[in-house]
Amino acid sequence: MSTGILLPRRDAARKTAFDVEKVRRDFPILRESIHGRPLVYLDNAATTQKPEAVIEAIAGYYRHDNANIHRGVHLLSQRATREYEQARGRVRKFLNARKTTEIVFVRGATEAINLVAQTYGRTNVGRGDEVLISAMEHHSNIVPWQMLCQEKGAVLRVAPINDAGELLVDELEKLLSPRTKLVAITHLSNALGSIVPVREVVSLAHAKNVPVLVDGAQAAPHLPVDVQDLDCDFYAFSGHKIYGPTGIGVLYGKAEFLEAMPPWQGGGDMISSVTFEKTRYNKLPYKFEAGTPDIAGVIGLGAAIGYVERIGLNAIAEHEDRLLKYATDRVGSIGGVRLIGTAAKKAGVLSFAMEHIHPHDLGSILDHEGVAVRTGHHCAQPVMDRFHLPATVRASFALYNTAAEIDALAEGIEKAKRFLG
Amino acid sequence: MADLREMYQEAILEHAKSPRNFRALGADSRKAEGFNPLCGDHCTVYVKLKGDVIEDVSFQGSGCAISRASASMMTQTLKGKSSREAENLFENFHRTVTGQNAAQKKPELGKLEVFAGVSEFPARVKCATLPWHTFQAALHGEHEPVTTE
Repeated sequence: MSTGILLPRRDAARKTAFDVEKVRRDFPILRESIHGRPLVYLDNAATTQKPEAVIEAIAGYYRHDNANIHRGVHLLSQRATREYEQARGRVRKFLNARKTTEIVFVRGATEAINLVAQTYGRTNVGRGDEVLISAMEHHSNIVPWQMLCQEKGAVLRVAPINDAGELLVDELEKLLSPRTKLVAITHLSNALGSIVPVREVVSLAHAKNVPVLVDGAQAAPHLPVDVQDLDCDFYAFSGHKIYGPTGIGVLYGKAEFLEAMPPWQGGGDMISSVTFEKTRYNKLPYKFEAGTPDIAGVIGLGAAIGYVERIGLNAIAEHEDRLLKYATDRVGSIGGVRLIGTAAKKAGVLSFAMEHIHPHDLGSILDHEGVAVRTGHHCAQPVMDRFHLPATVRASFALYNTAAEIDALAEGIEKAKRFLG
Repeated sequence: MADLREMYQEAILEHAKSPRNFRALGADSRKAEGFNPLCGDHCTVYVKLKGDVIEDVSFQGSGCAISRASASMMTQTLKGKSSREAENLFENFHRTVTGQNAAQKKPELGKLEVFAGVSEFPARVKCATLPWHTFQAALHGEHEPVTTE
C-alpha cells in the first residue's frame, strides 16, 4: 500500500532534481531556429553545445583577467594563473585523480593519445612488441598506435566485438601476450554507444603487467569516471564533448608513468633551466605543457566541469538513459530501421541504418526538420566494415535533450520514408 | 518540404531508384574509383573510348540518392560525346551545382539542369560531383582513387 503513495513522490522529487526545461535555458544556442524550425540538436557525440556559464567564463577571462600564466609578477598574471590552476584542481576532483600533477592539459583526447604514443610508446615499444586495441575504436585511438607500430616494427592487435557491439573480453584476454606493451581502449564507443567494462580490462591487463590507456572522449560527459577505481594508467578526454570549448582536453596519467616518460614538445614553461649545453625539464605536469597553453580554454573547461557537477553526473546519466531507452523503442519500431549497436550496456548513442534510404539523404531531410544528426562513418571506419555498412545515421544525446525531440527525430524519419520511399 | 523538392526532383529520385548504365564494362575500357570519405560513398566509373568519342560509359558502387542519380544521368548524357565536350559539360555542371550559373541559364546542360537545386544544399555538392570527378580520372587514366576531400 505504502509503495503506491511513495512512488509518485519519489518521481516528483526526481523531477525537481533534474529539470530539463531549466537546463535548456542555460544553453543560448537552443533558442536558434533552423530552416524556420526549433533546433533539435542530436549530434552531441560530435560536440556538445555550451552553457552560458562556459561562454561567460571565457569572455570574462578575456575581459578581466587576460595575461600569460606562471611568469608574471603583476596582478593579472597572478589572476590568470590562479584560474588556470583552479581548473586543473577541478579536473582532478572530477576524475578523482590522486594528485593535480597527474592532470596534463592538451588540445583534446586525440592529442592526449598522441602524447602517450610518442613518449611512453616510443620509449617502451620496440620491434616485435604489440599494442592491443579493440575493434570499436575511434580513428584517434587507432592511427597514433599504427604510426608508432610502423615506426618501431611493432604489431597492432585488435580485440574483436560481437554483433551487438560488445567487447569480447575473453578474446581480449587471449590477445594479452608477453609482447603486449600497452592496451588502448575506449570507455564508450562513439559509433555504437557500447560501454566497455574498463575496470575488468584493466585488471586483466595489470595481471600481465600491461598498462592501460582509456579513451574517455565519449564517456566523460555521460558516465561518472573515477580513475582510481578504474585503476587505468592513462585517461584521455576532450573539453568540447563535455560542454566546454573546443581545442582543450585532458590527459590523466599516473604520476609514476608521467615521471618516467620523456617530454613530448620542447619550449617555454616545460623547462626549469636552459643553457645551450643542457636543459633541465620542469616538474609535472608542466613538463608536458610546452608553450603558452589555451588559458581561456582551460578556464572554460573548468567552468564546464563546474556546471556538470552542479547538475550531477548521476542525474545526467539517468536522464540520458531514459532518453536512450525511449529513442531505442521509438526509432527502433519504425519499419526499415536497423539499429547498429545493441549492447546490453549503452549510453548516449543511437546509431542506425535504414532500408532503401542512404544516411546522407536522411540527414539532409532531418536537417530540414531542424533535427541535427550525424551521418557517415563517425571516424570509426573499421566499425562500419564490421557491420558491412558504408555509413550510419547517429543520434546522440546530451543533458538538454527531451523526449519531444526524439519524437521530432522519429517524425522526421517517417517523413523521409514517405518522401524517398 | 517544398524546398527539399528543389534538390530531390522527381527525375533524381527516379534515377536513384533505377540507375541507368549500372554495370561494369569490359577490359577494353578505362576505369577509376571515387570515394567520399565523409559519407562513405564510393563509385567506379568505366569509360570506353572510340578515338576521341565516348562510346560507352557506366558506373557501379553505393551512395546516396544524389550521387546515384548524378552518376546515372551523367552516363546517359556522356554517351557519344567527345572528351572535350565531356569536359565542358562537367565544368558547366559544376557551376550549376555550386550555384554559379544562377544568372545565365545554360541550355546545353539539358536534363542535368535538375541538379541546380543541389546548390541550395552545400553539404551535398560533393555527392553530385563525385561521379564526374571519377569519370574525369577514368578519362585521364589516373590510377589513384579520387576523393572529394
